[in-house]
Amino acid sequence: MGQIVVENLAKAFHIAERQAGLLGAIRGVVARKHREVRALDGVSFSLEAGELVGYIGPNGAGKSTTVKILSGILVPSAGRCEVIGRTPWKNRIEHVAHIGVVFGQRTQLWWDLPVIESFELLRDIYRVPQSDYIKHRDELIALLDLEKLLDSPVRQLSLGQRMRCDLAASLLHAPPILFLDEPTIGLDAVSKLAVRDFVKRLNRERGVTVILTTHDMDDIEALCTRVIVIGDGKILSDGTLADLRNRVTRERWLTVDLAEANGAIDDPDVTLIRREGQRVCMSFDPQRISPAALIGRITQKHAVHDLFVENPPIETIIAKLYAEGRG
Amino acid sequence: MRRYWAVISTRFRMLLQYRAAAVAGIFTQSFWGFVRIMVLEAFYRSNTGASPMNLPEMAAYVWLGQALLAILPWNADPEVRSMVRTGSVAYELARPIDLYGMWYARSIAIRTAPTLLRCIPMTIFAMFVLPLIGLGEWRLIPPPSVACGLAFAIVVVGAIALSCAFTMLVNLAVLWTMSVDGLTVIAVTLVIVGSGMVIPLPLFPAWSQWIFRSLPFAGMVDLPFRLYSGNIPARDLVWLMLHQWIWVAMLVLLGRWWLSHLTQRMVVQGG
Repeated sequence: MGQIVVENLAKAFHIAERQAGLLGAIRGVVARKHREVRALDGVSFSLEAGELVGYIGPNGAGKSTTVKILSGILVPSAGRCEVIGRTPWKNRIEHVAHIGVVFGQRTQLWWDLPVIESFELLRDIYRVPQSDYIKHRDELIALLDLEKLLDSPVRQLSLGQRMRCDLAASLLHAPPILFLDEPTIGLDAVSKLAVRDFVKRLNRERGVTVILTTHDMDDIEALCTRVIVIGDGKILSDGTLADLRNRVTRERWLTVDLAEANGAIDDPDVTLIRREGQRVCMSFDPQRISPAALIGRITQKHAVHDLFVENPPIETIIAKLYAEGRG
Repeated sequence: MRRYWAVISTRFRMLLQYRAAAVAGIFTQSFWGFVRIMVLEAFYRSNTGASPMNLPEMAAYVWLGQALLAILPWNADPEVRSMVRTGSVAYELARPIDLYGMWYARSIAIRTAPTLLRCIPMTIFAMFVLPLIGLGEWRLIPPPSVACGLAFAIVVVGAIALSCAFTMLVNLAVLWTMSVDGLTVIAVTLVIVGSGMVIPLPLFPAWSQWIFRSLPFAGMVDLPFRLYSGNIPARDLVWLMLHQWIWVAMLVLLGRWWLSHLTQRMVVQGG
């Protein structure tokens, strides 16, 4: 039995539809149309203790809804869910004492208070014994380099600093499970690295189970051994990252900034995706031609300002998964 | 208990930072105090019949009302409003603490911190400065006896408890509808009129007295103020407390029931 078990989880929201225009608004006052949105439609998975799982999907796929159900905030319409043997929405208070949650788009710190006071309030709310609190707090301060931030009011922190403090805040009670909902959203490269590094250490060294939702494929690549892809409330794929890539697409993208204004690249091994002025974006299959060889060939034929190779964005992979599912 | 205390004291400390608001509040409330007293006094002078409240009692009623205005539950906790709007309310539910209790604790802070900042200067002004500038007739009299003062102190505690229980209902309305501006207008009217802040409740027509007296709003300021000035004798304390605490119990039960209903169908804003 896994530490986290989810079976056939479903969640439907009833949304009042607003009709466009003045007439629509008036009509809406009298008779409101309701629409059912299925945020989750039969999601099942199971996690062992110590796993670090990436939970990805496009906006509105149901990622956050899943995390909110797992953390006891939302009640599902149907399905079963157990986290360390507890049903989150039934034993909410006991359940949340054993998990940590971070929502990247919001903060759990008190806006006008110095960070350390938020920590102390959380200590009281979670009833962490003082000696444990000091131990956890000092470890987190050292790991996340928070020393200089502790006395600043939260409103004065940058987003990256705030996220590091939020991470610490969610772990003061040393939970065995951590839910991270888009923890790197809006962060600069340095802060993203700091967050990734921390999450990795937390998982490897402490064995904390982590579920991470993100749009950032680099997060997934840096951290996760297992990836669950969700789209339209259904699980599209569940496995290792390599499996996912191999299953859906092996292609990589090469973007080249050409020196000439109207230069064209015709190479038998690439497919043009789009052009924006001097920038040309192409896809290629690294098993047919190695990136190094391809770059060599192109730079020989064309004057190139700059170029880079990347993995196709997650949206592309999802789109392919969809097409696969329908076709 | 300690965790709720921590919530209260944290929020309380935060609110004590708003000194400019307190100074502005003191000026506004002094001004309104004068206006109300002048209007009421004009009525008193033209009134030939017996009045249910004499002039010093009325002045005490008005000044206490101005000093303790911030106790009245006329709005939702601004933090709760912004949490609901931005979706940060998700974090509140992810805490191993009874949500009603935690928000009630916050309400205690938002009802007492601004009151504390305002009531001391307001009392000094109304009690000691007014006689000095020749307005002794309008001043805030001290309680006529120690018993009255003590009884007042006891019912103020009940008034705060009652006000917080009502604040919780406004908070929950925010959770229910998200935008609560329309509802706040209704709540303000109910609270301000029902508590006697527009016209002291004893001055309403005799036939309506029982309605006002049995509503919870009377227990927030009207009954405590009349106890203070001796308009209601201190021996009635027990009855007033009974009125207050029965209402506290009913409003808390209602709030808890509503909250548990709401958390079953919660929607968190903003992804």
